[in-house]
Amino acid sequence: MPIVSISNLSKTYNDGFQALKNIDLEIQRGEILALLGPNGAGKTTLISIICGIVNASKGTVTVDGADIVKDYRTTRELIGLVPQELALGAFEKVWDSVCFSRGLFAKKPDPAYIEKVLRDLSLWDKRNSLLMELSGGMKRRVLIAKALVHEPRVLFLDEPTAGVDVELRKDMWALVEQLRQAGVTIILTTHYIEEAEAIADRVGVINRGELLVVDEKQALMHKLGKRQLEIELASPVSELPASLSNVALEVSQDGHVLIYTYDPHKTDTGIDALMKTIAAAGLIIKDMNTVKSSLEEIFVKLIKNGGEELA
Amino acid sequence: MNMYAIQMIYKYEMKRAFTTIGQSFASPILSTVLYFVVFGSAIGSRIEAVDNIPYGLFIVPGLVMLAILTQSVANASFGIFFPRFTGQIYEVLSAPVSFIEIVIGYVGAAATKSLIIAGIILLTASFFVEMHIAHPVWMLAFLLLTCISFSLFGFIIGLWAKDFENLQIIPLLVITPLVFLGGSFYSINMLPPFWQTVSLFNPVVYLISGFRWSFFGVADVSVGLSLFMVALFLLACLLIVWWMFKTGYRLKQ
Ligand SMILES: Nc1ncnc2c1ncn2[C@@H]1O[C@H](COP(=O)(O)OP(=O)(O)O)[C@@H](O)[C@H]1O
Ligand SMILES: [Mg+2]
Repeated sequence: MPIVSISNLSKTYNDGFQALKNIDLEIQRGEILALLGPNGAGKTTLISIICGIVNASKGTVTVDGADIVKDYRTTRELIGLVPQELALGAFEKVWDSVCFSRGLFAKKPDPAYIEKVLRDLSLWDKRNSLLMELSGGMKRRVLIAKALVHEPRVLFLDEPTAGVDVELRKDMWALVEQLRQAGVTIILTTHYIEEAEAIADRVGVINRGELLVVDEKQALMHKLGKRQLEIELASPVSELPASLSNVALEVSQDGHVLIYTYDPHKTDTGIDALMKTIAAAGLIIKDMNTVKSSLEEIFVKLIKNGGEELA
Repeated sequence: MNMYAIQMIYKYEMKRAFTTIGQSFASPILSTVLYFVVFGSAIGSRIEAVDNIPYGLFIVPGLVMLAILTQSVANASFGIFFPRFTGQIYEVLSAPVSFIEIVIGYVGAAATKSLIIAGIILLTASFFVEMHIAHPVWMLAFLLLTCISFSLFGFIIGLWAKDFENLQIIPLLVITPLVFLGGSFYSINMLPPFWQTVSLFNPVVYLISGFRWSFFGVADVSVGLSLFMVALFLLACLLIVWWMFKTGYRLKQ
């Protein structure tokens, strides 16, 4: 049974704007799922519905088999949320703020566990600081501590590394890995492809409220990953020879490099024929290099044609 | 019941009051004492007794009501408005906490603060006048009912308010006039008949009258009616809060 199961979920805000359109998604136990999408795609809305901050207009969500509306106590106890905004008080101490969160989730005080969470997040030295005295990065760490302190089984990270320094980003990724080891399911939203590429098992691409595709990261790259062959010539060409004119070739600005785009999954990639034609045309090859398209290019492509490529 | 959560919200709100002790306690108490000195001692000595009660003593219940009505509304409205404003409310909304528990936490804390203020004002007043409470149990009952219902009312305002201006407009334009015209400083029997009738539409009149009765055994309107009106107001506030939470009004889109 998936840990989170979303079916036919839609959200129309009071102003009539439809932020989510018939989302179906199953999240597996223990996986790291990245929801990738540009600003305004509906990522935060989706997470907010699952966590109980926004009401769905249509559809259902279950967490560990329990309905998020009817059995909200059960589902919310399982969930931890790190919100996108730095929504924190000002005159509260880090320690108190974290204890508050644990209490809200009906857990009895456990100073030893709280200490561990704070230490893991390099917040222990700051435990007596007021929230308003902390830097942005430190505040984000506090938000993470607040989300983890009730020992959730599912963790939502809404744009965890947006505007965060390199050190915190590294720490965050390490933390995600550590939580995964402990069996926590992690859903993170991001508009940084590298992030999804670096830590996710599966990637869902969301745009204009629609879930365009969800797939294993590797499979996604496999499905959509075109490859490019860069052929460096010994001497530049100003114009392609006539024999090469009907091949999908681009010439670099300086005429030194020919770029051939192909699908590596086809039996006939066309490379062999290309090589022969180039040789016949009398061009001399100096070097060659293949380039895989990154998740980034896949993403751009998906968003451009609304996922038709996958149909 | 998620008792831990209620306790957390309650403690958080109480702590907030004690970190801003000047604003939460000192200022309402000081202004009440000033009223007391000015109206009770200075001018009061030249005003004849009302219902055979020396004026300085007569205004004590009204002053307590004035303080706790405004403070209940101010505290409870700010308590829920502020986390909405900063976005911190996400935490409460995403926690396994029911609406009733949220209300108990926030409103309970606001009502407690008002009770503390009432206690201190009564204590202070006892230094100026010879205090006499005819029906202490009823006095407590009125006090409690008022603190709770007006904290609920404040909570509603805090949920309704879109900005800081909204937050202050109701206390300023509604609560303060109603309280001043509610007989804090006079008996409505002292008004011309027309204004007496108008006063009967002011809910605060019933509060102050009932509360004053618990001190002196005399009232402008019957005590039963006073209790009934306070209970009605409480019920109305409860219904509104219930509706607000049920529909997610201004809390959940
Ligand atoms: N409370 C709201 N009322 C109306 N529209 C909203 C509200 N919250 C978000 N939206 C709109 O819904 C869309 C999705 O927003 P959001 O879920 O925050 O996207 P993302 O997190 O992917 O950037 C945006 O166009 C946004 O303007
Ligand atoms: Mg967002």
